[in-house]
Amino acid sequence: MTEQTTVTDDPARLDQDTLLRVENVSMDFPIRSRGLFSRTTGHVHAVNDVSLEIRSGEVLGLVGESGCGKTTLGRCIVGTNAPTGGSILYRKDTGDVVDLAAMSKKDRSAYQSEIRVVFQDPFTSLNPRMTILQIVGDPLKNFASLGRSEIEDRVAHMLQRVGLSPTHMHRYPHAFSGGERQRVNIARALVAEPRLVIADEAVSALDVSVRAQILNLLRDLQDEFNLTYLFISHDLSVVENICDRVAVMYLGKIVEIAETDDLYSAPRHPYTEALLAAVPKADPRLRGTGRRVRLSDEFPDPSNPPSGCFFHTRCSYADDDRCAHERPLLRTVAGVQQAACHYADELDLAGVGTEAGQVEP
Amino acid sequence: MPQPDVLLEVKGLKTHFFLDEGVVRAVDGVNLTLPRGKTVCVVGESGCGKSMTARSVLGLIEPPGKVVDGNIWWSPSVDRAPAAMTGNGAPIDLAALDRRSERLRQIRGKDIAMIFQEPMASLSPMYTVGDQLTETIRLHLPMNKREARDHGVSLLRRVGIPRPEQRMDAYPWQLSGGMCQRVMIAIALSCGPSLLIADEPTTALDVTTQARIIDLLAQLQADTGMSMMFITHDLGVVAEIADEVIVMYLGTVVEQGSVDQIFHNPKHPYTRALLASIPTMGRGARKRLPTIRGQVPPPLNRPPGCPYHPRCDLAVAGLCDTADPPTVEFSDGHRTRCVLHDPQTLREHEERMVRTAQEDT
Repeated sequence: MTEQTTVTDDPARLDQDTLLRVENVSMDFPIRSRGLFSRTTGHVHAVNDVSLEIRSGEVLGLVGESGCGKTTLGRCIVGTNAPTGGSILYRKDTGDVVDLAAMSKKDRSAYQSEIRVVFQDPFTSLNPRMTILQIVGDPLKNFASLGRSEIEDRVAHMLQRVGLSPTHMHRYPHAFSGGERQRVNIARALVAEPRLVIADEAVSALDVSVRAQILNLLRDLQDEFNLTYLFISHDLSVVENICDRVAVMYLGKIVEIAETDDLYSAPRHPYTEALLAAVPKADPRLRGTGRRVRLSDEFPDPSNPPSGCFFHTRCSYADDDRCAHERPLLRTVAGVQQAACHYADELDLAGVGTEAGQVEP
Repeated sequence: MPQPDVLLEVKGLKTHFFLDEGVVRAVDGVNLTLPRGKTVCVVGESGCGKSMTARSVLGLIEPPGKVVDGNIWWSPSVDRAPAAMTGNGAPIDLAALDRRSERLRQIRGKDIAMIFQEPMASLSPMYTVGDQLTETIRLHLPMNKREARDHGVSLLRRVGIPRPEQRMDAYPWQLSGGMCQRVMIAIALSCGPSLLIADEPTTALDVTTQARIIDLLAQLQADTGMSMMFITHDLGVVAEIADEVIVMYLGTVVEQGSVDQIFHNPKHPYTRALLASIPTMGRGARKRLPTIRGQVPPPLNRPPGCPYHPRCDLAVAGLCDTADPPTVEFSDGHRTRCVLHDPQTLREHEERMVRTAQEDT
């Protein structure tokens, strides 16, 4: 191992139950002009000074509209994108804390098997020219000590765990349905026994009945392998179902983070309220009930974000003075929740439970 | 003959695809009715034939697919139908028309309009919004260029696009996904259709955008009195917008009823299972979801008898796996295709079982 070149931080920088802490992470993508002498004409701030911690054994949800930077943040944590600023503190199973963002690519590869991803699209994320054995066994190649038959055993065991028959391991992806491919995806992510799994829209492309199966499977595997998930999704009903805590992202920033039940019953940020209000209620008798909050389609340009609070251009509660000029910081509201809104204490926002009537089971 | 308040009646529609591997029965005996001035949602998982049913209505089935059987009775209101075309406004069988015939072309895009799932992919990036909008208008309505452009601007304004005069000269790639879908809706509405078929119009959009597009479609439907056939797999959307619901499974309609009947008194085991397997907001975090076991069978290998019986917990051995289920109609118009609601067939089956058991002894 390359222990001596690894940046080891003071373990006290992380709480004992924190697995990973993202600290002031930013990810800027340059915008280049066209032509022979392309110059950088600006930056898209996909992730903008984000801090957030993932506790051991929890499922942390990350929600927001497309383009809010949730996938980029996930990619920074996995290491497919090198953040342009900030640190990603990770607690190893020995208890030592390392900064993944400060490492060289070579040093980082040692952690590749510990932080894994399940991708969104089951049809494009599997190589059609590799068998299931090759796909699922690929992460195991990092362990030089494993022989061919050992890899096969591990793959067979993993396939069984995700509900696929090990006898199918010599088949190619085209022989499997969408739900089965997503199980292959999950098997590939888990075969190297990771500690943190980033599920990036892992169930969004699936049909309703298959989605429920995969959600239950993710939960069972979490209990069995003692996993921690970062569950990135735009579907708030799925997020409520699986997550312990939820972080809401808007234009590269975290605007609210709280325990799932608190966030859904009493949101503290107007953007969270608008997101919750936009989810269709699965009961025709509730049609027209609850507060109608609708956001305009005009998503601000992430390369040139609005002044003051990023959300003030679409917020129905914003004033021209403070919201337009002063940037709100993420702060603790009502004891447990954190929200980045100047008026988080005063606003009376509607959540899910605060609407008329409960949905019949 | 269809009822007077029925705009479209599909009877025994079969659309098959003739592939080298065999015949895929994408639509296999669909019966449904679209009442005038109502919104009917067609729900089902991918591969259940909901899109193919809609495409069959419009004559958009490409080889190797073919409408092999059935009738599609289209009865436009008397004042709308030119007598020369329809013969005194009598219902026309769209299934009998050639898909390239002049008659079908006059109906398609004018009387029956369609919007598709991927707004970005359905608009050409080579032409401006105005070009694509006025093309449809000038094809079907007697307007010159100037009038068509004015009509187009008013349509864009109607679907909630800000600064419509400027947007007429914009290219689709300069607009967001939500804006593109609004342009698609404007094109569909341009000739004042009697029926709007919307095939997953909000699936590719963010929840916040989806909520606004659904509001818009509901508003337009109420204003114009057109009928809407809304295809979706999202039961939340159904609960928000539908008057009637059609549930499809493997090319057949398994249940049709009012939205309240479907959500609060579902009859078919598949409808019940589908409703149970969606996560509903407000139920709290970390609840296990009931699932439907197994998966949708491959299209080339349909199970005999009731297509749902291999996944059904209530399937009757010797009955559901051999005979096609009967369509049972309840007094309130609610219809389902399941033998469990047909006491006579069940009784006969039981008697038969008793008899064979006695003969054996």
